[in-house]
Amino acid sequence: MPRIVTDWLGEHVELPADLTAEQLAAALVKVGLEEEEIHPAAVTGPLVVGRVLAQTPEPQKNGKTINWCLVDVGPEHNATQIKGVDDADVPAGGARGVVCGAHNFGVGDLVVVSLPGTVLPGGFAIAARKTYGHVSDGMICSVRELGIGEDHDGILVLTRAGFDAADLTPGQDAIALLGLGDEVLEINVTPDRGYAFSYRGVAREYAHSTGARFTDRGLPENLPTAPPTATPDGFVVEVDDAAPIHGKAGCDRFVTRVVRGIDPAAPTPPWMKRRLEGSGMRSISLAVDVTNYVMLDLGQPLHAYDLDEVAAPIVVRRAQPGERLTTLDDADRALDAEDLLITDSPAGERGSRVLGLAGVMGGASSEVGDATTDVLVEAAHFDPVTVARTARRHRLPSEAAKRFERGVDPRLPAVAAQRVVDLLVELGGGTADPAVSDLDATTAPQPVRLDVTLPTRLSGVPYDRATVVGILEQIGCIVTDAVTGATVDAVRVTPPSWRPDLTEPAALVEEVVRIAGYDQIPSVLPAAPGGRGLTHEQRVRRSVARALAEAGLVEVLSYPFVGEADLDALGLPDEDVRRATLRLANPMADDRPLMRADLLSTLLDTARRNISRGLPDVAVFEIGLVTRPVPGTPAPPQLPVGARPSDEDLAALVAAVPDQPRHVAGVLSGRAVPAGWWGGGRAADWADALAAARLVAARAGAEVAVVADADTMPWHPGRCAALTVADGRVVGHAGELHPKVVEALGLPSRAAAFELDLTALIAAAGDAPVAAAPVSAFPAAKEDFAFVVDADVPAADVRAAVVAGAGPLLEDARLFDVFTGDQVGAGKKSLAYSVRLRAADRTLTADDVRTVRDGVVAAAAERVGAVLRG
Amino acid sequence: MSTPAPTPDLGPDPLDVAALDAAVADALAAVAAASDLDELKAVRSAHTGDKSPLALANRAIGALPGPDKAAAGKNVGPRRGRVNQAISARQGELEAERDERVLVDEAVDVTLPTDRRPVGARHPIELVQERIADFFVGLGWEIADGPEVEAEWFNFDALNFDPDHPARQMQDTFYVDGEGDKPSNLVLRTHTSPVQSRSLLERGVPLYVACPGKVFRTDALDQTHTPVFHQVEGIAIDKGLTMANLVGTLDAFARAMFGPEARTRLRPAYFPFTEPSAEMDLWFPQKKGGPGWIEWGGCGMVNPNVLRAAGIDPEEYQGFAFGMGIERTLMLRSSIADMHDIVEGDVRFSTQFGTEI
Repeated sequence: MPRIVTDWLGEHVELPADLTAEQLAAALVKVGLEEEEIHPAAVTGPLVVGRVLAQTPEPQKNGKTINWCLVDVGPEHNATQIKGVDDADVPAGGARGVVCGAHNFGVGDLVVVSLPGTVLPGGFAIAARKTYGHVSDGMICSVRELGIGEDHDGILVLTRAGFDAADLTPGQDAIALLGLGDEVLEINVTPDRGYAFSYRGVAREYAHSTGARFTDRGLPENLPTAPPTATPDGFVVEVDDAAPIHGKAGCDRFVTRVVRGIDPAAPTPPWMKRRLEGSGMRSISLAVDVTNYVMLDLGQPLHAYDLDEVAAPIVVRRAQPGERLTTLDDADRALDAEDLLITDSPAGERGSRVLGLAGVMGGASSEVGDATTDVLVEAAHFDPVTVARTARRHRLPSEAAKRFERGVDPRLPAVAAQRVVDLLVELGGGTADPAVSDLDATTAPQPVRLDVTLPTRLSGVPYDRATVVGILEQIGCIVTDAVTGATVDAVRVTPPSWRPDLTEPAALVEEVVRIAGYDQIPSVLPAAPGGRGLTHEQRVRRSVARALAEAGLVEVLSYPFVGEADLDALGLPDEDVRRATLRLANPMADDRPLMRADLLSTLLDTARRNISRGLPDVAVFEIGLVTRPVPGTPAPPQLPVGARPSDEDLAALVAAVPDQPRHVAGVLSGRAVPAGWWGGGRAADWADALAAARLVAARAGAEVAVVADADTMPWHPGRCAALTVADGRVVGHAGELHPKVVEALGLPSRAAAFELDLTALIAAAGDAPVAAAPVSAFPAAKEDFAFVVDADVPAADVRAAVVAGAGPLLEDARLFDVFTGDQVGAGKKSLAYSVRLRAADRTLTADDVRTVRDGVVAAAAERVGAVLRG
Repeated sequence: MSTPAPTPDLGPDPLDVAALDAAVADALAAVAAASDLDELKAVRSAHTGDKSPLALANRAIGALPGPDKAAAGKNVGPRRGRVNQAISARQGELEAERDERVLVDEAVDVTLPTDRRPVGARHPIELVQERIADFFVGLGWEIADGPEVEAEWFNFDALNFDPDHPARQMQDTFYVDGEGDKPSNLVLRTHTSPVQSRSLLERGVPLYVACPGKVFRTDALDQTHTPVFHQVEGIAIDKGLTMANLVGTLDAFARAMFGPEARTRLRPAYFPFTEPSAEMDLWFPQKKGGPGWIEWGGCGMVNPNVLRAAGIDPEEYQGFAFGMGIERTLMLRSSIADMHDIVEGDVRFSTQFGTEI
């Protein structure tokens, strides 16, 4: 995102002399250019210009030769006494003694000296230090140490870097000279505001925010040299777009200019380097730096070709199958038929050679090189969609692509090309060729009809007509009265060429509100018509979660991503429905590309994490959506934007979104009741899991039946219950985990778990009000029964027999003892029930109780072969 | 006074005054001798119980002829009263003694731990979402849910994200694999905003709904980012709703979440589904390094194209939408420094929050 070097910005808009990066950020954020970061000053402390007065090479034992130098760093910093130097030998006016290992400088050279107290980039603090038998009282700096380049050649000699000796004095502040003391504001530009990817655009916004005077340097009239019109002998360019995207040609403007006789050795001037580097761009060569400089300045991406390497005509066309290009970043790329290319015509073969990806990146073959003297400058306008797709396809978010895909002002190319030409002539000693080509098929922005009351109606801020029109004109729109005598007061607003985003009245409203200030909007709470509260499902969800928490389980959240290995660890068979889930094209982790089809596949991992952190007694639960696609469901249709789809299309769309029921699952391991002074506690087991599952069902209001399930992973085949609802549908499982799963996951043995389809449970329960039974105040009668049955008879069946036999007087039947052993015989067990009886309308008689007792005994005998124990 | 008819083999006469006095004396002596409440209970049973002389005497009165009953009653009643009084007096003394001594002897160490039953907790992200839902329900809004694996059309197109617009790349999206080479046209929703379009289509206008829920972006987990996080989306569409109503709703929401001092500020921004759009900052008095504004979410007036995609006439209806991160809200409210704590499922994190936030 753009970085703003303040003095550069000041070329476009008047700035207060002492404007800080923070103040600039505050001004820009008001109009919607958000601060990304303020980059601190690179160097602090006494960094000064120095003149080398004496240089004594001193060979060292390690084979190196160091230079003992006396440097004039100005009267303010010079010392009159230097340790190890006779006072008589100290130059008049003083100096500092500095040890330097580099040799690319000599007596008389103007260099940069960091005196003790300076902090160089990377937090490198300079202090006087003893070294090689001297006290080095500072450091003579290299480009690299100053953080302004990667140059390994040694010491920065200012006159060789383009500075004029006449402008330099020993002791002068080198931080300002090199621009190393500026805090630099980096801003975030939203995708609708491509124009703000330039000093021109940011300055405009600064002016909107503060009212400062702005000069639009993107207009031809503000150039020192007006851009010439195209000449018949201009470099021939043809646009030959056989496959426009959305009917828009990939290129609608292409300006070329030629500058000859540039000195290939001409350096980029220090001020330009400083501004480029401050803006986050590396200096490369004069020709490239100039194109980058003008791009940052105005927002027009530019390209400089070595004229000798380009054969006319240039043809802008889509790629052919099999074409390849090596881009400037040295990547060899296979091109796609949608890629728009800049090509040329060597040996008369029209468009046969690929020079670059239009608006994205140039190719290596026509790059400006060390020996280039003649340059062809390209300033073009490309279709945002074409550039966006190519940049994305080739993963090349270049500076040019960033600007083109957000929209570049189509009126800029000629102006920007002129700026490049001027700079190359001025700084490189080149000559502008009078031949100019300008292929221009751009269209004027479409006017938008705006009801002048709309800004007020949308914002709630009263704006008068003059304010609305004034603001729109301020941002560059042309506003004309639309229809005289129409029923509403509407105006025709023609947006400026740099605002392709202003195509709707609402967009114009945003401009009005934004420039007038969002802080003017009052705060008015609207009165909604009144809703129905939470839905039944939402309330039940809360109730279930609360109940589990109150029952001692802790709610956690886990990422819904799983891998085959996770499902293998659960022992899911190949054909299990939980394996037939969705796969992500770009997962966070390659080993977890699937969306979970149940919660346990990720919750067990969470349980394990807790155990591994020294918390062995785990009772956790999670409530969340799982993905249950129906195989063979067609993909959702891609429907058009901006209009309501037909009912059929909508139905197809909704139906194609995979089923995502809400599940609830829990894992229990370790102790359910901790050990303490009351005793040894109790280990969590299958029954705790089943109790939690039953609690969930109860809170959902669903009646569930429990049956043994020997065949569902990840549960123990002998200790797993399936829970079913009235229609027989299985809504979940609970029980002990399979020993294999426990082992694979590294859980404590006997760990238990449950998982229920909460959506199905809630649906099964329905939302009908409870029909309350009257509460009888008559006395209860209690009866106990101990039945002996075969060991494999489920307790639930015995209870069902008891309930059926007891009839309507039964209030409660509770199993209070299970007993096996010699007294009941092999293959048998004893189940003891305590039964509470009560009538609604009378006190029970002995006869009543006897009848119930007989009924219970008979039913138990008949249904489950139970024998009453004596 | 007539002589009572002799009763054969009745043994000593239960109404004999001397015998009664002896019984009373016995009883009073026993009461006085009772050294604790259990002994007194036995004394009470022995001297006033069904088989005690005084009870027998009392019962014998019933068998007397009418005229004798009153005289016998005068002999028996006060004597029984005296004994009962003595018992209850002794009862009082012994209880006081017990309270002083015995209960002290029974003292336990009440600082012993009593966590025989583990205590659970809710996850704070869920609790914050519920609290937010309660706030909006209080305003008369409803709470909508939506799928997490979502059709691209709902996640992007219906919200005015053009497939080629850079905004579509602003959010790093998880895409679902299609069958073979075909695109699935499914994504993990990158925001809760698709619930906007679903609600507009399913519920129509006027519409006031909030949607808290889970969303996904391909950000690696670090201190402040997580690929799976939560947002709350709000949308209100009605006749004449303005940005002022948006600000009013946000201010009320901020106060509900962060106290009466809280307020919000809007900054111009860009979102495809709103125009005008704004970033919303929250005034945060507890901010590290002093009170200040912190980014809280995005908002704006619903883009006419979004309304058109739901078949609603933007000339007639207009409204606003907003969204903010739940994690961020929780981190601000509860001074949580590291996202890892929220996402790792460590029970020690949830346990701090209990069941209410």
